[in-house]
Amino acid sequence: MISLKDIWKSFGDNQVLKGISLEVERGKILVIIGPSGSGKSTLLRSINHLETIDRGEIWVDGVQVNAPLKGRKFEKHINRVRQEMGMVFQHFNLFPHMTVMENITMAPMLLKKIPREKADAQARGLLEKVDLADKMNCYPVQLSGGQKQRVAIARALAMEPKVMLFDEVTSALDPELIGEVNKVMKRLASEHMTMLIVTHEMRFAAEVADHVIFMADGVIIEEGPPEEIFSNPAHERTRRFLFEVFKS
Amino acid sequence: MSGRSAGFRFIPGGTTIEETAVDYQLIIKVAPFFAKAAWSTVVVSFLSFALGLSIAFPAAFCRLSQNRFLQIPARVYVSVFRGTPCLIQLFVIYFGGPQIGIQLEPFMAGVLGLGINIGSYMTESIRGAILAVSRGQTEASRSLGLNKFQTMRKVVLPQAAGLMISPLGVNTIALIKGSSLVSAISVLELAYTAHRFTNSTYRPFEMFILASTFYLVIITLTSKAIRNLNGRFAYEK
Ligand SMILES: Nc1ncnc2c1ncn2[C@@H]1O[C@H](COP(=O)(O)OP(=O)(O)OP(=O)(O)O)[C@@H](O)[C@H]1O
Ligand SMILES: [Mg+2]
Repeated sequence: MISLKDIWKSFGDNQVLKGISLEVERGKILVIIGPSGSGKSTLLRSINHLETIDRGEIWVDGVQVNAPLKGRKFEKHINRVRQEMGMVFQHFNLFPHMTVMENITMAPMLLKKIPREKADAQARGLLEKVDLADKMNCYPVQLSGGQKQRVAIARALAMEPKVMLFDEVTSALDPELIGEVNKVMKRLASEHMTMLIVTHEMRFAAEVADHVIFMADGVIIEEGPPEEIFSNPAHERTRRFLFEVFKS
Repeated sequence: MSGRSAGFRFIPGGTTIEETAVDYQLIIKVAPFFAKAAWSTVVVSFLSFALGLSIAFPAAFCRLSQNRFLQIPARVYVSVFRGTPCLIQLFVIYFGGPQIGIQLEPFMAGVLGLGINIGSYMTESIRGAILAVSRGQTEASRSLGLNKFQTMRKVVLPQAAGLMISPLGVNTIALIKGSSLVSAISVLELAYTAHRFTNSTYRPFEMFILASTFYLVIITLTSKAIRNLNGRFAYEK
């Protein structure tokens, strides 16, 4: 479903991604862990073309995201491709001038020309799924962090994406709010959504992941099923990282 | 009335009443002319405001564009008109215009000069407001599949609108005060009227205080309108 081939990316002199390749099969969950600055966000953002990579190929559901098109043609292509991917950010990025309902229905109504009643009905369904049915007429400012993030997930799901990308979606939350967001992600997992998750939460990672990648300094140090990575890592670097994380 | 002017009656130095006391009779007599002039100030300011805004929006988008052929002219416009005195700009248009075949009435020249001038400041206000909408907002919108224009229209501008009211308000207040400059090209507004009446009555104090009072009223009302507008956009962050 997602296939990255030899991805390279630098910011000026700073080589951030150094030949990353990975695959995520349909309905599977890939979790990426690694120390701060290792390039996890950059990798995820590249898949959504929020960053332009220097080299390599990004494929999602048989379509090359970084297709060799120019100018307007590429713009059209990327807007279409992005509709197939849902992205959830660390800082929610809900639209503050829209209600919860409008946040969710805006893109489907505008891009898929879905009539309002249908979009509203779909949004209500999604809000139920993220346990926020009672908040549909609220503005984002009236919500807690955990609620905001669940709305952000519902907003992404409203475009009926084929894959979901999560970039540390719980790391801006108070500890007691993390659980409710994780629960929603687990629910998605049980519905066989294809997901690529970047997280600092090892316990959650161990629970949901089909496959775990440990990244450091722009390369994949080690990968494997969660049992293996978490209980029996092969590399010293991974061991040190996990030790540091679990210590705190 | 007479009780109030009593305070002015005896001035150390022994000057006479007629020369120093504030002449309220005169103020009342000329006030209608000033009221008319004040209306003229309002009209000049409003038209300049409208012209300024209609230049500033496209100019701000050009300024933000990646396209250098749009960006550079907008940049030049802003730096030229912010970097030279408004009075000189008015002189160039009014006195210099005829030399290159553009002959304008004082009123037209005044509105044109003030409008183009304030437009350069407004360009920066609008640009600043658009840039102040966080990058995360644009990214969230683009990641849903909205294109640049849809993102601007649905996500960025509605938020920028609230953010640009205050700075545009500051520009507007500055514009109203700056409109007194068009008196220098003999537009019949408040400052010009005060000048004219000073020349005929030799009562500069009364005339300019009266003009100031009208300016104060106009500006106070404008500020209030801006505050109201601002309040309406205050969906909390
Ligand atoms: N827009 C940018 N411009 C310049 N450098 C950047 C930019 N974005 C990221 N970087 C750099 O790229 C490197 C990788 O950043 P990235 O955000 O991908 O790391 P990360 O693994 O997500 O870290 P964290 O766990 O802290 O979120 C860092 O050195 C960062 O400073
Ligand atoms: Mg990150």
